[in-house]
Amino acid sequence: MGVGITVEHLNAFYGKTQALFDINITVQANHATALIGPSGCGKSTFIRCLNRMHETIPEARVEGKVRIGEFNVYNGTSATQLRRRVGMVFQKANPFPTMSIYDNVAAGLKLNGFRNRKQLDEIVQKSLHSSALWDEVKDSLHKKSGASLSGGQQQRLCIARALAVQPEVLLMDEPCSALDPISTGKIEELIFQLKEQYTIVIVTHNMQQAARVAEFTGFFLLGKMIEFDKTEKVFTNPSDKRTEDYVTGRFG
Amino acid sequence: MQIVIPPITWRRRAMDRLMTAVSVLTVLIVLAPLFAIFAYLVYKGVGSINLAFLTQTPKPVGEPGGGMANAIAGTGVILAIASLLGVPLGIGAGIFLSEYGRNRYGDTVRFVSDVLNGVPSIVIGIVAYGLVVMRQKHFSALAGGVALAIMMIPTIARTTEQMLLLVPQSIREAAFGLGVSRWRTTLSITLRTATSGVITGVMLAFARVAGETAPLLFTAFGNQFWNWRLDQPTAALSLQIYTYALSPFDDWHRQAWAGSLVLIVLIVSAVAAVRIVVRRGKLAGA
Repeated sequence: MGVGITVEHLNAFYGKTQALFDINITVQANHATALIGPSGCGKSTFIRCLNRMHETIPEARVEGKVRIGEFNVYNGTSATQLRRRVGMVFQKANPFPTMSIYDNVAAGLKLNGFRNRKQLDEIVQKSLHSSALWDEVKDSLHKKSGASLSGGQQQRLCIARALAVQPEVLLMDEPCSALDPISTGKIEELIFQLKEQYTIVIVTHNMQQAARVAEFTGFFLLGKMIEFDKTEKVFTNPSDKRTEDYVTGRFG
Repeated sequence: MQIVIPPITWRRRAMDRLMTAVSVLTVLIVLAPLFAIFAYLVYKGVGSINLAFLTQTPKPVGEPGGGMANAIAGTGVILAIASLLGVPLGIGAGIFLSEYGRNRYGDTVRFVSDVLNGVPSIVIGIVAYGLVVMRQKHFSALAGGVALAIMMIPTIARTTEQMLLLVPQSIREAAFGLGVSRWRTTLSITLRTATSGVITGVMLAFARVAGETAPLLFTAFGNQFWNWRLDQPTAALSLQIYTYALSPFDDWHRQAWAGSLVLIVLIVSAVAAVRIVVRRGKLAGA
């Protein structure tokens, strides 16, 4: 089951440059939350603060409080422990090129010491079913490399890989930005189903996508969260002028 | 604005052909010495290779026949020691340089490693003499292996570093995102993704030291008899070739040619064997 996320007074920095300013947000469990905003506004930085990926960049640091379920993210939780519960799908599909399709999906479990062959088989199959990839790859699970798939298939493989570790939260950083409309449609459909079991936070440049998949939407501008509300409200009756300008296409 | 793309003239076609021919020619020039050496070795050496040469130890001066079996085995033993020491240390240093060495300390290691790469091999022999031979009070296969290992380390470290740096950051992030720890990611993801490049570096280093003579002169020292003890003087093909080539006897000269041929064939087949084994593990599309 998914868990909720609470963010209080989050500030993020790259060296001396501040990228996020005092972000406060509550993400509801088992719902999809979309983050929109122009390029460079801090959406990706924000999402990477949720699973502590931000700090893997040299000189990057974070201030503030983040709670995900029972975890206090920046206090008393190790990054690896946290990331096992908070899955991530990246902008560009990044399957492990030397691993087979099967091993790509099983990687998260295998590398963390999970060895039960039979259970692995089941989980791999289930994860590939969930990401709507099973029928396309079931005959070449062990024969083909993850890198041999098409772009859209690779992204769904990465989603299966993230699901295999059975996270409670799934972070998606522009998962469809490099995909054609058909693959995008498949992934959106997938997000719809996944919401039942996971809490999803999705960064997107595509406002229609946000409207289609998410119950809640946050609008970022220049490192600040301008507005956070029900998706319907953000798109039809935003309370901030800047949000209105953005969603109606007047800038950005 | 109308832009006019000039048509492809006969001059451009001719230039295209010329440049293709030039690049083929340079390849031939580069490969020519290798083939010349190999052909000459076969011509001079193949006649002296027989069962005795591959199974017997050297005969005393003046007695015809005998072989280099102990030297072939000795080269194998010394190279095995060198690889056991040099490959893990070299790869470890390469991992450090690529994953943790993006700082001044790493720069120092890089610089020192490049200098070590340029140190004459005889000097490295002296170092191994001081480190191992002086302490053990006699020459040994171990000392020879240590000398060759020192020579392997910088090559392996720098190629491993370069190969790991070629692995996109996004691949490491994918592993981090799954909750895989950093050391696990480095070993099971980054290193594994770069395996074929790292192995190329290892084979380069291996092939380079396999024929080294100078660092073995006063470490392995050579031996006319069978010896399997790692702490005793040990024969090596390169040393045997050196000794025989400098001798005044025709029979020894012939054996030196044969030894050279055997050495080259062994190096080439070792490298080829590793390549085949590595290729077999590859997946479609990888």
